[in-house]
Amino acid sequence: MALGGFFGRLKQGLSRSTQKLTEGITTVFKKRRLDDEALEELEELLISADLGTEVAARVIDTFRRTRFGTEVTDEEIKTALAEEVSAILTPVAHPLVIDHARKPHVVLVVGVNGTGKTTTIGKMAQLYREQGMRPVLVAGDTFRAAAVEQLQIWGQRTDAPVIAGPPNADAAGLAFQALTQAKAEGADVLLIDTAGRLHNRSVLMEELKKIIRVIRKQDPEAPHSVLLVLDATTGQNAIQQVRVFREMVDVTGLVVTKLDGSARGGIVVALAQEFGLPVHAVGVGEQAGDLRPFDAGDFARGLVGT
Amino acid sequence: MFEALSDKLGGVFDRLRGRGALSEADVNEALREVRLALLDADVALPVVREFVAKVRERAVGTEVLDSVSPGQQVVKIVNDVMIEQLGGAGAVPLNLTAVPPVPILMVGLQGSGKTTTAGKLGLRLRERLRRKVLLASLDTQRPAAQLQLAQLAERAGVPSLPIVAGQTPVEIARRAMDTGRREGFDIVILDTAGRLSINQELMAEVTEIRAATNPVETLLVVDAMTGQDAVNTAKAFNEAVGVTGIVMTRMDGDARGGAALSMRAITGAPIKLTGISEKLDGLEDFHPERVAGRILGMGDIVGLVEKASETVDQEEAEKLARKMAKGQFDLEDYAKQLKQITKMGSLSGILGMLPGVGKIKAQLEDANLDTSILKRQGAIISSMTPKERRAPDIIKASRKKRIASGSGTSVQEVNRLLKQFDDMSTMMKRMNKLGQKGLMRHGLSAIMPKGMAPRNRPY
Repeated sequence: MALGGFFGRLKQGLSRSTQKLTEGITTVFKKRRLDDEALEELEELLISADLGTEVAARVIDTFRRTRFGTEVTDEEIKTALAEEVSAILTPVAHPLVIDHARKPHVVLVVGVNGTGKTTTIGKMAQLYREQGMRPVLVAGDTFRAAAVEQLQIWGQRTDAPVIAGPPNADAAGLAFQALTQAKAEGADVLLIDTAGRLHNRSVLMEELKKIIRVIRKQDPEAPHSVLLVLDATTGQNAIQQVRVFREMVDVTGLVVTKLDGSARGGIVVALAQEFGLPVHAVGVGEQAGDLRPFDAGDFARGLVGT
Repeated sequence: MFEALSDKLGGVFDRLRGRGALSEADVNEALREVRLALLDADVALPVVREFVAKVRERAVGTEVLDSVSPGQQVVKIVNDVMIEQLGGAGAVPLNLTAVPPVPILMVGLQGSGKTTTAGKLGLRLRERLRRKVLLASLDTQRPAAQLQLAQLAERAGVPSLPIVAGQTPVEIARRAMDTGRREGFDIVILDTAGRLSINQELMAEVTEIRAATNPVETLLVVDAMTGQDAVNTAKAFNEAVGVTGIVMTRMDGDARGGAALSMRAITGAPIKLTGISEKLDGLEDFHPERVAGRILGMGDIVGLVEKASETVDQEEAEKLARKMAKGQFDLEDYAKQLKQITKMGSLSGILGMLPGVGKIKAQLEDANLDTSILKRQGAIISSMTPKERRAPDIIKASRKKRIASGSGTSVQEVNRLLKQFDDMSTMMKRMNKLGQKGLMRHGLSAIMPKGMAPRNRPY
């Protein structure tokens, strides 16, 4: 991905999503005293961005200690709020680093249904192709109708080979075979798509563990990355999703999708505090180029609209 | 992480026990908890405000009944208002009264489950109502989306509109309606591409589709895990296409589903259906009274009963109940019960459906109790002789040692099981003595062995 104009692109992607919050803050803080009432309104603004009641209260507490009673403009408030959010997010902003010594670096992509796993893999394939790597895609969602075809179209678009099996084939077996093939072909990255599954369905979570067990027979260190794809419109349940997926399959990082909508993805702040898992990238559209590295400062500024 | 609302309110009102009418101060304190509980359940902020105002209006000045605590009284009011706001008791059926082919339009965000729901709806209308249904995908955005619906249609035994490459969604919609008329279909289900509520171009497109087909039902498909953004989505879609019904998907997940309340409040449209599995028959009517408890964290008794009736062998259960009533319950029966519990899934999942057990659940989670213990207990019982199972009193030191080595456990574990069985027998005897009325009056604490009794009476 071209880094030039990156900030502009992220801001563009996030701008719509933040418009609302910005309007809110602007109406609340047109140079006024930061008193209890003002703080309460600010807390509610954070809550309506999906930060959750606890995290919002914590952020506001810091404000209370440092700025209570001072006269502030909305600009000052936004900057301060962005700094606050950014401080929470900075420790988790790490891009996914592909280890070229692995050949291939195995990335398992997991998540609940409809979060955008397949689309994200398509975008990642595009990114790695642009960086001169050889990604190979594995159509591991053998359950949902036409999921294989969906990934195959992404393979054509990004000129990346797609390994697929027959419908309802065993995803673990397919992943094993794909790893063998990717190794033989000297691929740099193996991106394994999986069927969406609700984290409270233990049978389906066991299936996911099986995929890992099986590919470890070939490479004891694989998968080298396990990405959990999260939908930015998700509310507080995202915390439970991350908790269970992490326990079951050792999630190594997150990708947050659909940030180009009206959802503000504030749950990411709560997740950073609760788990400290790296957030690798954000999805801001349906096109191949719409995957951006996650930048804490940018995200925070985008969130509060400065 | 969520304590049941009833437990929280129990805490707020503990010191208020024995007073008369609910004062405004009491109510305000309780409503702070209600507000937090709703926000934690992902009900959107403006909807929470409205909700809390309604509860306040109704609660202030209400006489607290002798038999319940003020906390329980408020919970009751909250629950009543919740059911009302979700649409009252009972399910609202789809409106299908129009000149066939009746168009049904599916709209929503990306990944909310429109296509899967369209397939499920096709199956449901074909099987339950014996209608001739045509499925048509207008999704030209997402790769292979049209193929996905075609495959689902085939599985559901419902015809789908042949895919013609290069057509716009509006053209496909017109073709679908023409085909419906020409080939005598009763219903045409139009599945649209997922779109963001702020994408004006795509929202204009769906408005155009609506104008071209004049659907009787425009169903907004919403993920039960949706957070605060539910408000924006509901508003935008309602303004663009006039939502007539809502489908909540992924209700088989463990999200509290506050989005249901938000959606209903913003659009005013009833929630008509819920998606409860990935399978094609996983579509059910929406029952407000069941979902109310779930949003409030007060348990879903009906859901529990349904889950139990799905997995528990009815005849076996009745036999056990008769034995319990007669006080003839032995370890053999206990083993059978263990097996049925294991079939129902994790213990905390089951307990989560029970009202008023938030505290016990937390204790159990602390104790790290899981179903593997049940399996071990099952193994211990299988290592006993039939005689020992019928009369556990005869199990002394050497029998314990044999049972422990036979089941790969330890004597301590055998002891624990025997003690637990003993507690259970005591509980059952007390339960029989109290009878059903006594149990209602005194609650769970009357039969629990000491130390396990919940602090609050169950709601």
